[in-house]
Amino acid sequence: MEILNASLVDWSRAQFAMTAMYHWLFVPLTLGLGVIMSVMESLYVKTGNEEWKKATQFWMTLFGVNFAIGVATGIILEFEFGTNWSNYSWFVGDIFGAPLAIEGIMAFFMEATFISIMFFGWNKVSKKFHLASTWLTVTGATLSALWILVANAWMQYPVGMHFNPETVRNEMTDFWSILLSPVAINKFFHTVLSGWVLGGLFVVGVSSWYLIKKRQIDFALKSILVGSIFGLVSALLLAFTGDGSAYNVSQRQPMKLAAMEGLYEGKSGAGLIAIGVLNSEKKSYNDAVNPYLFKIEVPKLLSLLAYRDADAFVPGVKDIIDGGYQTKDGLALSFAEKQASGKVAIQSLANYQKAVSVKDTAEATLQKAQLEKNFKHFGYGYLDKPEQLIPNVPTVFYSFHLMVILGMYFIALFALVIYYNYNKKFENAGWLQWICLLSIPLGYVAGELGWAVAEVGRQPWAIQDILPVQAAISGISSQSVQITFFLFLVLFTALLFAEVGIMLKQIKKGPEGH
Amino acid sequence: MITYSFLQHYWWFIISLLAGILAFLLFVQGGQSMLFSLSKTEDERRLLVNVLGRKWEFTFTTLVTFGGAFFASFPLFYSTSFGGAYWVWMAILFCFTLQAVSYEFQSKPGNVFGARTYRTFLFVNGLLGTFLIGVAIATFFTGSDFSVNKGNITSQFAPVISQWGNPWHGLEALLNLRNLSLGLAVFFLARSQALLFFINRLSNEVLEKRSRKVLWINAIPFVVFFLIFVIWTLFSEGFAVDPTTGIVSLEKYKYFTNLMEMPVILGFFLLGVVGVLYGIGRSLLSGKFKSGIWYSGVGTIVTVCSLLLISGYNNTAFYPAFPNIQSSLTIFNASSSEFTLNAMSIVSLFIPVVLIYIFYAWRAMEKKRTDIDDVNNDSHAY
Repeated sequence: MEILNASLVDWSRAQFAMTAMYHWLFVPLTLGLGVIMSVMESLYVKTGNEEWKKATQFWMTLFGVNFAIGVATGIILEFEFGTNWSNYSWFVGDIFGAPLAIEGIMAFFMEATFISIMFFGWNKVSKKFHLASTWLTVTGATLSALWILVANAWMQYPVGMHFNPETVRNEMTDFWSILLSPVAINKFFHTVLSGWVLGGLFVVGVSSWYLIKKRQIDFALKSILVGSIFGLVSALLLAFTGDGSAYNVSQRQPMKLAAMEGLYEGKSGAGLIAIGVLNSEKKSYNDAVNPYLFKIEVPKLLSLLAYRDADAFVPGVKDIIDGGYQTKDGLALSFAEKQASGKVAIQSLANYQKAVSVKDTAEATLQKAQLEKNFKHFGYGYLDKPEQLIPNVPTVFYSFHLMVILGMYFIALFALVIYYNYNKKFENAGWLQWICLLSIPLGYVAGELGWAVAEVGRQPWAIQDILPVQAAISGISSQSVQITFFLFLVLFTALLFAEVGIMLKQIKKGPEGH
Repeated sequence: MITYSFLQHYWWFIISLLAGILAFLLFVQGGQSMLFSLSKTEDERRLLVNVLGRKWEFTFTTLVTFGGAFFASFPLFYSTSFGGAYWVWMAILFCFTLQAVSYEFQSKPGNVFGARTYRTFLFVNGLLGTFLIGVAIATFFTGSDFSVNKGNITSQFAPVISQWGNPWHGLEALLNLRNLSLGLAVFFLARSQALLFFINRLSNEVLEKRSRKVLWINAIPFVVFFLIFVIWTLFSEGFAVDPTTGIVSLEKYKYFTNLMEMPVILGFFLLGVVGVLYGIGRSLLSGKFKSGIWYSGVGTIVTVCSLLLISGYNNTAFYPAFPNIQSSLTIFNASSSEFTLNAMSIVSLFIPVVLIYIFYAWRAMEKKRTDIDDVNNDSHAY
C-alpha cells in the first residue's frame, strides 16, 4: 500500500489549481462575450442594420477562439476528479457525479449543437433560427456553469446527503436542496456575473483601441454602448451577490471569513478592512503578534455584513480553534473537541465494518449510532494539529481585498464610460480610452482572485468538515502527478500563447477584415 | 415496479449506449488520422478538415458526457479506473485537449505554431485517441490489476480506497494482445467509418474515389482485429458474479454464455455486425452507394452497446480486477445509490430531446454535400 505523503497532496492540488486557473482564463469571456454578441445579433434581427451583423460576427470570431481553449481545459478538469481525487470520487460521487452528468446531457450538447449553426449557419438557416442558435449556445454555456457551480457549492456547504457506513460513502437524499442551496444560487450568480463584467471590459477595452487608432469609429461606439451598459449592470449585481457570498461564508465557513479579513482575535462590532498590510512577523495563530502592519477599516461593517447586525461577534482564527464563543447553534466547539469527535467517527466506522464482518448486529448498531452522532466532524479526525485548519491567510486576505477593490473600480469605470459616451465625449477622451484598454487584464485578475478566495480559503477541506484534501487523494506517486502537471502546464501555456496571438491578429484585422 | 436492480441495469444500458455512440462518432478521429495520407493538395486537405470540423464537437461532448454519466451512475469505476489507470486516461485526455483547439486555431493568422502543427495534433488525436480508448475498453473483458478496500478510509495515513497493483498505472494494458486487438479494431473501424463519411458528405470525385480505394486496406484489418478480439473474448474465461454472495469467479465461455442467455442482445449484436459489414461491403462493391455510413454507424452503435451489455449484465463483473478478482466492479457494487440513480433516470429522459434537436440541427446544416467552394465561401471556415 502506498503511504500518502504531503508532496502528493500538494502536487495534486497544484495540478487541479493550475488546470482550473487556466480554464478560468477562458470561461468568463465565453459567458460575457456570449451574451453581448447575442444582444448585438438581436439588435441586427430587430433593426435589419448590417452594422450590427458585422459587429456580431466580429465578436463571434473572438468568442470561437476563446471557446475552443475553454473546452480543451475543461475536459481535463472533469476527469481530474477521478484521476487525482479518487477517494473523493467514491466518498461523495453519489452526489457530486450527478451535476457533472447533467452538465453533459443538458448543457454541453446544447452548446455543441447550436455553436455549429451559429458559426456555419449564417447562409443556411433563417435569421431567426440563427439568432435562436446563438442564444441557445450561450444558454448552454451558462447552464454548464450552473451545474459545475452547484457541484462546487456543495463541496463548500454539503447538504442533502447522509453517510452510509455500509457503502462507506455519502449518499444523496435531497436533490433539490443541493440544487437550490443558498450557496449554490449565490455562487452561480456571482460567478456568471463576473464573466459578464469581463465581457463588458473586453468589449469596451478592445473598442477603445479602435478609437485610439481612429479606426472603425461607428462599430467601436456601437460596441461600447452595449458593452458599458451591460458591464455596469453586471458589476452592480456582482457587488450585490458578492455581499451574499460573504454572508454565506460567514454562516458556513467562519475560518474562511477570518482568513479573508486576517482576523485572528474575534470581536463584537468588528470593522471591515478597506486596505491593509499583513505583518509577516505573525508566525502562529496564538503568538499575540499584531497581524497587521497597517490597516484602514470601516467600523462595525464586518459584523453588519457577516451577521446583519452591527454589534455581532465575528470569531477570529484563534476563537475558531479554541471554541467557546456563542453561535446560533450554541457554544462553538474547539478544534480539539471536533478532532476527538472526528476520531471517534472514523474509529466507529472501522468498528462497524469489523462488527458487520463477524455478523455482530448489536455491536454494529451501536457503532453506527456512535458514527452518526459524530459524523459532522468526520474530517477533523484526519487532522493532527490545529494549524492544519488554517488556510494560507496572506493569499486569502490579499486576494479578497484586491478583488473587492477591483470590483468597485469596474463600477466606477463603466459609469464613467457611460457618462462620457452619453455626452458624446468618449470618442475624444483618449485618456479614458487608454484606461479602458489597460483595464481588460484586471477583469481576468479579479476573476482568478475570486477563485483563490473560494478555494484556498476553504483549505484544508475538499468537502467542508467532512473530508480534508489529504484523504481525498488518488493512490499514485507524486512523481507521476509532477510529470502530468508539467505536461499540462507546457501545453496550456503554449495554447494560451496561440490564443492570444490569434485574438490580437483578429482584433488588428478588425470587423471590416472579417 | 422500478427496483434498485432495474435502475442499475438501466444505467448500465445508458453507459453502453453512450459508448456505442462514442464509438460511432470516433469517425472524426479516424478521419483526422488520414488528413495527410488521403489528401494530395491543400484544397483537399482543407475540405477534409472542414467537413470533420463540423462534427468534432459531438464526439468530444459525447466523451465528456460518457465520463460524467459514468461518474454519476458508477462512481466506484470512476474513482478506481481513472485514479488507477492514470497514464492511459491521461494520455487519452492529453490528445483530446490537442484536438479541442486545433480546428478553430489552424487557419487563423497569429496562431504561433502554424497550420501543419495543428493538423499534426489532429493526426495524433486520431491515432492515439481511437487506439487507447479501444485498449481501455478491452480491459472491461480482460481485467486490470487493482484492489478495492473501502475499509482503508479509516486508516489515517493511507486512506486510499482503490489501489492499483503495479507502478505502470494502466500502461500495462498495452502488453495484453487482446487489449491491443480491440485498440487496433477501434482504430481501423474509425478510419473505415471516416471514409464512409467522406463518401457520403463530400462533393469531390477525386476524394470520393480515393476513399473507396483505401476503404479496403482499412476495412480488412478492422474485420481481422475485431474477429480476433470477439472470438478470443467469447471463448476465454469471464468474470462471473454469484448474485447471492457477490463472490466473483472465473467462468469458462462466460461472455459466450451471456450472449446465449440473453438472445435479444445476441440478436442486436448480430444485426449490428451485419450493419457494419453491409455498410462497408456495399460501399466497396458499388461505386454509386453513398449511404454506407448510416448502416455502419448504426451498426457500430448497436454492436458496441451489445458488447458492453454482455460485460455487465447476467451477473458479470464489468470492470474485472485481476489477480484480486474479489475486488472486481459489478453494476451492483459500483453503482450510485437508488436515490441518485432514480434522480438521474429522470434526467435521462432528456436524452431523446437532445437527440431530436441534434438531428434537426444536423439536417438543417447538411442539406447538400460539401465541396471546396462551400469552404471558401464560408466566413468561419477552418
